[in-house]
Parts: sequence; C-alpha cells; structure tokens
Amino acid sequence: MYFESLSAAWDMDGHGLYVWSAYALTALPLVLMVWLPVKRMRQHWRWLQAEQRRSGAGTGAQTPAMESDL
Amino acid sequence: MWTFIHKLGSPPWFFRFSGTLVRWLLPITVTLLLVGAIWGLLVAPPDFRQGNSYRIIYIHVPAAVVALAGYYLMAFAGAVSLIWRIKMADVTMRASAPVGAILTAIALVTGAIWGKPTWGTWWIWDARITSMLILLFLYLGVVALFEAYENKTAAARACAVLSLVGMVNIPIIYKSVDWWYSLHQPASIKFSGESAIDSSMLYPLLLMIVAFYCLFTVTLLLNMRAELVWTHRESGWLKQLIGDS
Repeated sequence: MYFESLSAAWDMDGHGLYVWSAYALTALPLVLMVWLPVKRMRQHWRWLQAEQRRSGAGTGAQTPAMESDL
Repeated sequence: MWTFIHKLGSPPWFFRFSGTLVRWLLPITVTLLLVGAIWGLLVAPPDFRQGNSYRIIYIHVPAAVVALAGYYLMAFAGAVSLIWRIKMADVTMRASAPVGAILTAIALVTGAIWGKPTWGTWWIWDARITSMLILLFLYLGVVALFEAYENKTAAARACAVLSLVGMVNIPIIYKSVDWWYSLHQPASIKFSGESAIDSSMLYPLLLMIVAFYCLFTVTLLLNMRAELVWTHRESGWLKQLIGDS
C-alpha cells in the first residue's frame, strides 16, 4: 500500500474528497446499471409465470393489455 | 465463426448462451473492478505533478473508452438492423444506448471532479468535454427517440439512422485534443512506441479498462435478456423455459 495509514489514504494530501467522491459517484450508477435489468427481467418472468399458471388452471383469465407491445 | 454469428441472431439460442455467459462474467467483472479500484486508489504511486487527484484516472479513462466503444457497437448494430432487418440487432442497439449514456455521464462527472483540483474549474467548454457531452445527448436521443414512436419498427429504424449520423462525433472526440487547444492532455497510452505513463500506473489502468469492458458486456446482455423476455412472451421456447422454471 502506498499510504502509511487509513487516515492518510482518506485525506490523500487534501485530494481525498475529490477522489473518494468520484469513486462513490461511479459505484452507485454501476450497481444500478446491473441491478435494474435483473429486476425488470425478474418482474416480467414472475408475471408471465403467474399468467401461465392462470391459463393452465383454466380460469380463463384474460391477458391484460400491456404497453410497449412489439 | 459464421455459424456462431447466425446463432446469435436466434433469440432462444442467444437467451441460453447469454445466461451462461453472464453467470461467469459477472463475478469476474466484480473481482476485476474491486482489484483495479483498490490498486488504483491505494497501491499505485501518486503522480509527481498532480499528486493524488490523478487517481480518478482509473475510472475516468475506462468509462470514457468504453462509452466510445459502446457507441461503435450501437451504430454497427443500427447499420445491421437497417440493412438486414435482423431483430436481434435492434435489441442490441437499444440495449447499448442506456449503458453508453451512463458511462458517458460517469466520464463527464468524474472529469469535472478531477478538473477542480487540477485545472481549477469544474467545467470548461473545451473541445473534448463538449464532444463528450454531445455523445451523451446522442445516447439519450436514441433512448428518447425509441420511446417517442408508437410503431416500434419505425422507432428502431429512426434510432439506427440517428446513431449512424452521430458517428460523425466519434473522430471529433478522438482528435479533439490534437485539433484544438485543450486543457486535456494528449493520449498517454500508445499502441506503437513508448507510452508516456509508468508501468506502475499503466497496469491498474489497463486492468480497469478490461473491467469496464466486461461490465459493459454484462450489462448489455442483461438488458437484452430483459427485453427478450418481454418481447418474446408469446413464443413457445420462452413459455417452455418459464414453465420449467
């Protein structure tokens, strides 16, 4: 490690605030970037799974109209 | 090679292949990012002129490099979609736009934070910063344009045209530091000849660039998978996968 102590690594000779905030502001969108599509796919997956069970059970549930049809 | 490309155009095959790839690539990406960040933040020596503020390079440069590479991919997928009308090319083009936008925004924000202690200003209408801002607007434009159309086939075509026209901006970004007087330094890493950066700083930087490429790939695949699950909900192969799960 280049720095002698954790507080020196935190301070970085006065540049710590800039460096650490840049890394923090990067970490958050990176996590969201991975998490959001996973969440979206899971939601759709569960919804379609429930839909399949409904129609499989013969309740005659109608497919709700959803936006963004392709 | 060609059979592989053909297979990529098939949604069920792509869905299975990307699932396996993401499962391997995601842990690798997280490890690379953590190792690279710790290396850059705590292990690498400080710059003799800029001190410690230069450590922002380890996220700023990789984000900018991959944001540009993402644009190539988006424009290429747009061209394929326009010429051959391949649906998977559409999906690729649209999935890369938000990822590229986030990476460009990261490059701009970290650049601003780096600029303050180094140049004494958060923002300047410098050629490279301005052309990167245009890149961000192009990415956001593709996202917004797709949403604006009712007819999704026409939307995909419009997005493809926009991303191809936007290609004009890419050489401007690359050459901006040479063509105009700029606060940005010229390229430090060269493929031919001696790089103007010491290996103790170069290795963590290269590692972070690889990590960001991996991250781009993972996010792109995740976005494409999320898209496929919805658009192919009526397809037999997906119904079977969902039923089996």
